[in-house]
Amino acid sequence: MRFMILIKATRDSEAGVMPGEKLLTEMMKFNEELVKAGILLAGEGLHPSTKGARVRFSGNKRTVIDGPFAETKELIAGFWLWQVKSKEEAIEWVKRVPNPEGTESEIEIRQVFSPEDFAASDPSGEVRKKEEELRAISESRRN
Amino acid sequence: MTASDTHRAIHAVWRIESARLIAGLARMVRDVGLAEELAQDALVIALEKWPRTGVPDNPGAWLMATAKHRAIDQMRRGKQLERKHEELGHEMEARQDAATPDLDAMIDEDVGDDLLRLIFTACHPVLSTEARVALTLRLLGGLTTEEIARAYLVPEPTVAQRIVRAKRTLAEAKVPYEVPRGPELAERLSSVLQVIYLIFNEGYSATAGGDWMRPELCQDALRLGRILAELVPQEPEVHGLVALMEIQASRARARVGPSGEPILLLDQNRGLWDQLLIRRGLTALERAGKPGAAPGPYVLQGAIAACHARARTPEETDWQRIAELYGVLARVSPSPVVELNRAVAVSMASGPEKGLEIVDSLTSEPSLAGYHLLPSVRGDFLFKLGRLGEARAEFERAASLTRNVRERDLLLGRAAACGGDAALAPAPAAKAPASPGRKARPRRS
Repeated sequence: MRFMILIKATRDSEAGVMPGEKLLTEMMKFNEELVKAGILLAGEGLHPSTKGARVRFSGNKRTVIDGPFAETKELIAGFWLWQVKSKEEAIEWVKRVPNPEGTESEIEIRQVFSPEDFAASDPSGEVRKKEEELRAISESRRN
Repeated sequence: MTASDTHRAIHAVWRIESARLIAGLARMVRDVGLAEELAQDALVIALEKWPRTGVPDNPGAWLMATAKHRAIDQMRRGKQLERKHEELGHEMEARQDAATPDLDAMIDEDVGDDLLRLIFTACHPVLSTEARVALTLRLLGGLTTEEIARAYLVPEPTVAQRIVRAKRTLAEAKVPYEVPRGPELAERLSSVLQVIYLIFNEGYSATAGGDWMRPELCQDALRLGRILAELVPQEPEVHGLVALMEIQASRARARVGPSGEPILLLDQNRGLWDQLLIRRGLTALERAGKPGAAPGPYVLQGAIAACHARARTPEETDWQRIAELYGVLARVSPSPVVELNRAVAVSMASGPEKGLEIVDSLTSEPSLAGYHLLPSVRGDFLFKLGRLGEARAEFERAASLTRNVRERDLLLGRAAACGGDAALAPAPAAKAPASPGRKARPRRS
């Protein structure tokens, strides 16, 4: 199973305060642990929302809203993508994430959809078949 | 947290910690079987205690401390026994004497080395291949006997027995708990890689059961490969194997049709390929180093897989390069199947007559005598060359050799498409391939 581990923003991360040396070192060590355990697929840290933007959809309208955004605790400061055997395993790993400065923060664990998950909404394989047909059409056009 | 929540949490902790736990204990007691029993004892105690006390803050350290206590208890009991022996005039072994004082220091030594020792022991040539697979999944993958049994569709007692026997064999053969050095290393490493790739392949094209794939096993193998790549990063073949597995796994979504039928590589919807795994595979291949320096079979197979992964459409495939790589592979690890694959690559690069030359040199190969892909590939070349009568005979022969019903239908369909007397062929119906040139490839998807 794949899980996306969402590291929520803090006041510091939103203010663009770079993590201290201790946190950096410990995070690096933790990342190495994840690699050595064979579970880390990807991971990135995100700039504060000041540098981001949102596009709001309403009917046919699209409105661009520039950052920063107010609800700090709901924002995301970084993510990992892990391949583990269960949600419990993801939880056990998240519990090991270093927090040397004792900061109040939150990490969210979300399961990534896999093809099997779609089987229920496409029991006859119809959607898939459509997809194949579309592909055949686009290929015949190209050829 | 309910008791079953805690049980699931303990299971997760076990999966994360068990390999390191067993590896560390094995160095202490010099016996993998005993080490596993000690670790299991600690697990049993955790299952008793944790539902009441909650999972401790550092569960790995807790398990290790508990298992160590058990080990020390056992050693003391052994010592007491020995003292009695001493009273009776027997000598006490010097090594046993030195065993107790700095257990902590011993266990906290480099965990990586311990894991390597454990992998090499689990994949030791003294064991049968089946035993190596079971022991590796159990000791390093953290799988329970039940999980292994389920993955291989065999009864649980069979797996349990296999593991018990394997541990006994290791003890009887007095297999030293160490990482092999010098010239032995390469040979032993190739056994480890083989075991991991076997696990992957069992998941990738299941040999038994109704499913074409068992993705969980693929994931277990990938995880083992990724772990090994960090333990011996200086070994190009490890990265080659990881590259090969990552890239093959990237096609998992694309290689099964709506009703579970296999879809061959060139017919796959490349939009369904997992780009993250492809990128990881290409990175692993880069870590293997420059391909010029005498690449091994896994690096070469990884490089071939990478050629396909890089092509956004089948037409973009660099067949020239693939043919060259198969050429090198045929020299490094010669086999008729590699030659057959090379023939296909050469035909794609330089035309069917060139492919036919290679295939014709294989027709007398005894190991390919009952292999349906040989006539199937030959039929494809002949078809493309317009030699339809010969092509039909080859497709029919291939159809008679395959045990897979879908494949037989497909081959008979192709035979019928060659025209002439179609007495043997049933109606090709909807199963007839849209692009006949793509169907007869031995290359795995």
